[in-house]
Amino acid sequence: MAKIRLTTKDFSVMRKRLLQMHFDSGVGHIGGNLSALDAMLIVFHEYLGGEDKFILSKGHSAGALYTTLWSLGRLQDQDLKLFSKDNTLLATHPPARGIADIPFATGSLGHGLSLAAGTALAFRLKGNNAQVFCLTSDGEWQEGSTWEALIFACHHRLSNLTVLVDHNNLQGFGSTADVASMSPLWDKLQGFDVELLVIDGHDPDAIRAALEGERKRLRVVVLRTVKGHGVSFMENRMEWHYLPLTEAQYRQAIEEADLK
Amino acid sequence: MRKQLCDALVARAAKPGMVFLTGDLGFMALEPLREALGKRFINAGVAEQNMVSVAAGLARQDFEVWVYSIAPFCYARPFEQIRNDIAFHNLPVKLIGNGGGYGYGVQGPTHHAIEDYGVLLTLPNMSVYVPAFDEDMEAIIARAGTSPRPAYIRMGRGEPPGGYTVPAYAPWRQLTCGNGPVVIAVGPLAGTYIEAFERLPVESRPNLWAVSEFPLGQLPGELLVQIEKQPGLCVAEEHVRRGGFGSELLLYLAEKNITVRRFRHLYARAHHYDRYGSQQFLRRQSALDADSMLAVLKGFQHA
Repeated sequence: MAKIRLTTKDFSVMRKRLLQMHFDSGVGHIGGNLSALDAMLIVFHEYLGGEDKFILSKGHSAGALYTTLWSLGRLQDQDLKLFSKDNTLLATHPPARGIADIPFATGSLGHGLSLAAGTALAFRLKGNNAQVFCLTSDGEWQEGSTWEALIFACHHRLSNLTVLVDHNNLQGFGSTADVASMSPLWDKLQGFDVELLVIDGHDPDAIRAALEGERKRLRVVVLRTVKGHGVSFMENRMEWHYLPLTEAQYRQAIEEADLK
Repeated sequence: MRKQLCDALVARAAKPGMVFLTGDLGFMALEPLREALGKRFINAGVAEQNMVSVAAGLARQDFEVWVYSIAPFCYARPFEQIRNDIAFHNLPVKLIGNGGGYGYGVQGPTHHAIEDYGVLLTLPNMSVYVPAFDEDMEAIIARAGTSPRPAYIRMGRGEPPGGYTVPAYAPWRQLTCGNGPVVIAVGPLAGTYIEAFERLPVESRPNLWAVSEFPLGQLPGELLVQIEKQPGLCVAEEHVRRGGFGSELLLYLAEKNITVRRFRHLYARAHHYDRYGSQQFLRRQSALDADSMLAVLKGFQHA
């Protein structure tokens, strides 16, 4: 059930905050944060409530998660200031404790979907109708454990679990097509007993539509996204998996976020 | 021990928050538990990594979660899941590994679990239980079940001599007494020495202790006195040397300035063998059998 509806300006404000946090801390991994941010914001602001859980399987997008929690008032500016610095709670990947909205430390790929499946199964066994959302990367589907989790979630018909795949086509040292192609991933997923949707991962209305409606089985939403989304010189460029921003790049990125 | 395990878990099954996951194992042993737990008995299939993370997810929602497999499949394949998803979050998931040590004997090296507790004890918050006798399972399941920490239970096969009255469970138990050296054995191995030691005259009969819980807490005062007083200390464990109980014990004693006059460590060596055999065969190869132990003790006397 929708709580509030984010506006175009909201997305722009959050994108700028994400860029600022990364620039202030001199941290990379920006590209995959920008590809994941829109869906994460919509899930948290418009869908998550009560005992619902969100599990970030692609832990390297912790920056987007922290920014989202900041936008909800659950993290403060002083928290974000310490992002990826000494004596911080906000490591570059999500922490194991200390933030109620982050149930698990993630960062090693291929864990989140199993953790989410266990959480969803727990809710079902308790008779609790809370929902679980899990965001994976696309490269992460090269991990065998992710497929173990998919088999389990399908077998148990975990209809209270929604898997979001940040399908930005780029991974650590190449494009997913070049490294270990499953292209198109959704064809492989189609072979499982899932409710599969493939959508534009930067179209808020498409994301909302994919999250609506009763579920009878596991729902998998493949978000066709752009690594570095919203910053022209980052878009679809693998190096932005790693690089921090220079000051000039930061200023350009902020200007572009304003225009969007 | 599987029957005792099953009985102990069936006794807990009425708790609505208890869940049992198995990696497709338990045939002819766990059927009563499956019956008792109904939908809370989950065969997670041949997918141990997923099983362990699912267990973490369940435990995060306050379920009492037990995970069962053959020992090596329980800790080696899903080690990262145990580390990241269970130990880092101090979730009280209980891992049960059947056939620890050389328990699966001639099944071959993939089925041996001779570095299990050493590896797991490197993780934060982890407890390890190694029952020495079948009768220990009830107490160990109760202790692990009420512990707020994650745990690994290394199951084996109780091997007391015929007619032996097993003492009530405790993390440390003295099984034989005399004026000979001190022998400390981990888990079921302790039972294999009782008969041979009882045959020795009291002047040379070893003080045999069974240890069943790690990490080491406070050692019994009586044991420390014996270690200082008696002519030698021998540690036996069905576990590789590195990361095992032997080195852990020596660190403990060194920090307490307790001097050991003579020390011998008997440990599992099968990873270096190219021949396979039963648990007894592999113990003999590793000098863990009773005859090898007696030879070591004789060496203490002649030193």
